[in-house]
Formats: sequence, structure tokens, C-alpha cells
Amino acid sequence: MSEVAIPREVQVPLEGFVGEVLGALGDAVIGVERCDERRGFARIDPQRTVEVARRMLAMAGTRLATATGIDVRDGIDVLYHWCIEPQGVVVTLKVLAAGPEMTVDSIAPVVPAANWIEREMHDLLGANFRGHPDMRRLILDDSWPEGVYPLRKDFDQVRDRPPLPPAPPAPEEALP
Amino acid sequence: MINIGPFHPLQEEAEFFQLYVDGERVVDVDVRISYNHRGIEKLDESKTFDQVPFVVERVCGICSASHPLAYVQAVEDIAHVQVPERALYLRTIVNELERIHSHLLWVGLAGHFLGYNTVFMWAWKYREPILDALEVATGSRVNYANCKIGGVRRDMTDEQLKEIDRLATESYGPVEMLTKAVIDDPVLHARLKNVGVLSKADARAYGATGPTGRGSGLPIDVRRDDPYAAYDRIDWQVHYEESGDVFAKAKVRLLETLEAVKIIQRAVRAIPGGEIDAKVQNIPPGEAVGHVEAPRGETFHYVRSDGSNYPVRHKVRAPSFNNIPTFKASCIGQEIADVAITLASVDPCYSCTERMCAAVDAESGRRMFDFAQLVKLSQEKTQRLRRQL
Repeated sequence: MSEVAIPREVQVPLEGFVGEVLGALGDAVIGVERCDERRGFARIDPQRTVEVARRMLAMAGTRLATATGIDVRDGIDVLYHWCIEPQGVVVTLKVLAAGPEMTVDSIAPVVPAANWIEREMHDLLGANFRGHPDMRRLILDDSWPEGVYPLRKDFDQVRDRPPLPPAPPAPEEALP
Repeated sequence: MINIGPFHPLQEEAEFFQLYVDGERVVDVDVRISYNHRGIEKLDESKTFDQVPFVVERVCGICSASHPLAYVQAVEDIAHVQVPERALYLRTIVNELERIHSHLLWVGLAGHFLGYNTVFMWAWKYREPILDALEVATGSRVNYANCKIGGVRRDMTDEQLKEIDRLATESYGPVEMLTKAVIDDPVLHARLKNVGVLSKADARAYGATGPTGRGSGLPIDVRRDDPYAAYDRIDWQVHYEESGDVFAKAKVRLLETLEAVKIIQRAVRAIPGGEIDAKVQNIPPGEAVGHVEAPRGETFHYVRSDGSNYPVRHKVRAPSFNNIPTFKASCIGQEIADVAITLASVDPCYSCTERMCAAVDAESGRRMFDFAQLVKLSQEKTQRLRRQL
């Protein structure tokens, strides 16, 4: 399933500071959806997420604000939001974790700020991050069943809610 | 060996921290969050664009002006809305009042952790008129229900603005006194300097925001860098410190509180008349991000629309989600007595989380202290320093 069709992008011209940032990523950028004064949205090559993250963090004034996972038809769309200060720019780099494995390379070894948010996307959406240093559960309780992802579109909060775990046994010794 | 928690009345809310200690030194930190996850992102997908602000202001009882503002800014970006000037000023006033009350709340709690209960009493006393000002401005002390897509919901009369100006101006003197008391106190210098140091490089790598980043020499502030509301129309300055310790973070917060009073005074005097609502009709398909400088740091929202009445995806990232992992960098190597204030120094507020802190022996895994005992240790250390000086 490696040859999943990557969504066709509208290629917009690179302009201004955001254009410089996206241009510096070279051919790792495979589609630019928006590029204006303070916002940029671009899609990057799923094979090169780590390289892109390393280059982004090396630029002056960048920090990873957070990432968003979206359940789309072809898998999970992972959006890394980078803020660049003092220009006040937010560049969103999208990478598709294509199904059925829904796996992309983790950027957490390079960018510590991605550690928690990748764990969160793994918990809630079932995206997998190859090479993540610590993929324990962050959001879901340990008793939550495997393979049930509450933020997926097909998860119904009433119909699909898993049963509560059994209550812990009552303490045996009486209170003084 | 008393377990206190998951819910403990010491601070507004927090997480489960496991500190691995070797003797008196912390060797590792593990954080577990989300004991009270409410699924707000999923819930928002079943709310209309107009309803979502009232849901997200309940993400946090303290940042209940910042979250809706970040969300509406994202939606306004999708819909290309030009928000009226007066609405921008009104948003600024409410957000700065929120910053004052949040920072004063933190100062009080930090004082309590250090055994300065007078500071706690003072800070919370001066916070009270600010909450009254918020009630004047929005009709409510929490959950202001003020922001809407395209503007704000309620206008303020001249009398209301004057009253807000008066309450904010009257709080300047006491807050200045509190700031000087903290900055000049030799015990606090000894207690907080070089404690819980977060280096500039670590702050950037962990994506620290707000006073946590600014205390570590990152001069970042969304209000200045990516101006929203009326922040680019008012003269004000960003405070930051280079040292990265708890003292720097405290100083940044206190100076910001004073700066917030000035912003409110200037906004109240410069506010233009006119409409307060752009009357947005429908939201076209698209996606956008919105971010706001909440009291604790940058609140980040992402919204995707498919042209229907409901957002397809709404991502909420509260500032503490980025700030709490910095403990990995700032707590390790600390004395146990310094942990309580280091943890408190980022003002951890993550409303999907639990309040509990345990210190575990690195070898045996035995649980040694809980959070109340850590606070007690911290207070005892202050007493010790006070006697020495």
C-alpha cells in the first residue's frame, strides 16, 4: 500500500517570508496550498518528515506549536504547526499517514515538543509513528480497549462507548 | 505514606507527576495526564460554528477568554472576516483582565508553596476587584461568553468602561508593591534563583510558550509577533528574562501583570465607537489556525470547515500541553524541596488532567512523598533560608 495516491494539490506561488521558509525545504515540499503574509499550508513528502523537522528546527526563531491529526478518507492526515517568531508566521506542514498501516516517521527524536502530541494522535486516532521513543498511552486510560479510536469519524460516542472496567475490589481492612 | 489525590484542593488542577529520586536529588520525571479528558474536540464536531465558543471557553475556567478568541480568529481567517475596530478593543480589555487575574492567582499559589501565606492572602485580595471588573465587562466572573465569530456579543457603555478603568488603575499600586516585595526579598532571591533552570535551547526544543519561554530568554509573545485584537494599536512592551530559573518566571509574570493594567488603561481611553459585530452569515470550506497569548502561553486552535454548519475538525492545544514536558529538562538534578515550586513555576493548567504528585525512590520504586509533603518540604526550606539570613 505504499503507492497510495497523494491528494492532488493546488500549487500556489511562493511569496514573501512564508515562501522563503517553504522554499528552503526544497523538493521535500510536494504541494503548496496557501502562502500569504502570515500563514502557510504545504504538503510534504511522507518519506522525509524527519529531515524536514530537523531543517525547520534549525531555522531561526522556529518552534513546534503542536500537531493536528485528522481522520480523512486515505488515512490520517498529520499537520505539524510551526510558529516562527518574531515574524509571527504559522507554517502548517501536512503529511499523510496512508492506510491501512497509517504510519509515518516520528519527529519526536528530533523535536521533543512532538513527543506528547504524537502520543495523543496515536491514542485518539490510531496514527502510528515509526521510531517514537516512548509510545505509551497518554490520553486514554489503560483499561480502554486496543484498536478503538475515539476521535475517528466513525466512532459514535453512544454506540461505540466501551464498557467501564470492573471496579477495583473494596479495601479489606476497616478504617480506624 | 499517605496518598492524596487524584483531586487535591491546592491548585486549580494538574497532573500525575512521578519523580524518581536518588537521595535528595531528582533523577527522572514521568508525567501522566488526562485523568479527566472531556473529549471537547470530538464534542465540537457536533456543534455549530456559533456554539463552539461557548464549549471551548469551558476548556479552562481561567483562560475562558483566550480559548474562544483563538477559535474565532481561526474561523474569521477561513471566512475572511474584517472585525470592527471597537470589537477588537473590547476583546483586548477582557483578555488583559483575564491575564491580571490569572497571574495574581499564580502569585498567591507560588507564595503558598514557598510558605509565604501573606503573599497568598494579598494576591488573592487584589485579584478580587479584577474579577469584579470582568463582571462589569461581561456579566460574569468566569466563562465570559463574550466572543463570537465576527466580533463580540456585548457592547460596553462609557460608565462600564470607566468602572473597568477605575478598578484596573486601583489595582496597579498594590500589584506594584507586591512586585517590589518579591523582587527585593533576599529570602526569595536565595530560594528561587538558579532553581529549576530551563535553558533557552531546551525551552525552544520543548516548544515552551508564554512566561515559561519568556523566563528562559525567548522573547516570544503572540500579542506582539502575530498581532490580534487591538494589540498592534496600543503601545506596550514584552517582558522577558535570560536566566530561565523560577525567579525569572515569577518576575516576568509580575511585570506582565503591571503591563496588562497599562494596556487596559490605554485601550479604555483609545477605544473607538461603532459596530461590534461583522454579522457573519456562513463559513466557507477551508482551514485555518488561530493562536492567542493566554496568561500561561500560546493557546493554539486549528479549524477545518467543509462548508456545512459544523466544523469538520477542531484542534485545541492549551499552553500547558507544551509547558509541562519542560519538567524533563528543569526538574532533573533538583533537590526534592525545590520540586514543588519548579512544577508550579510553569503554572500548570491542563483541564484534562489530574492533581497528584508522588516521589518514588529510584531503586525500590517505593513511594516516598506526595504533593502535600513536597509543598511542606518547600516551605520548610524557605524557613531555613530565612533563619540563615
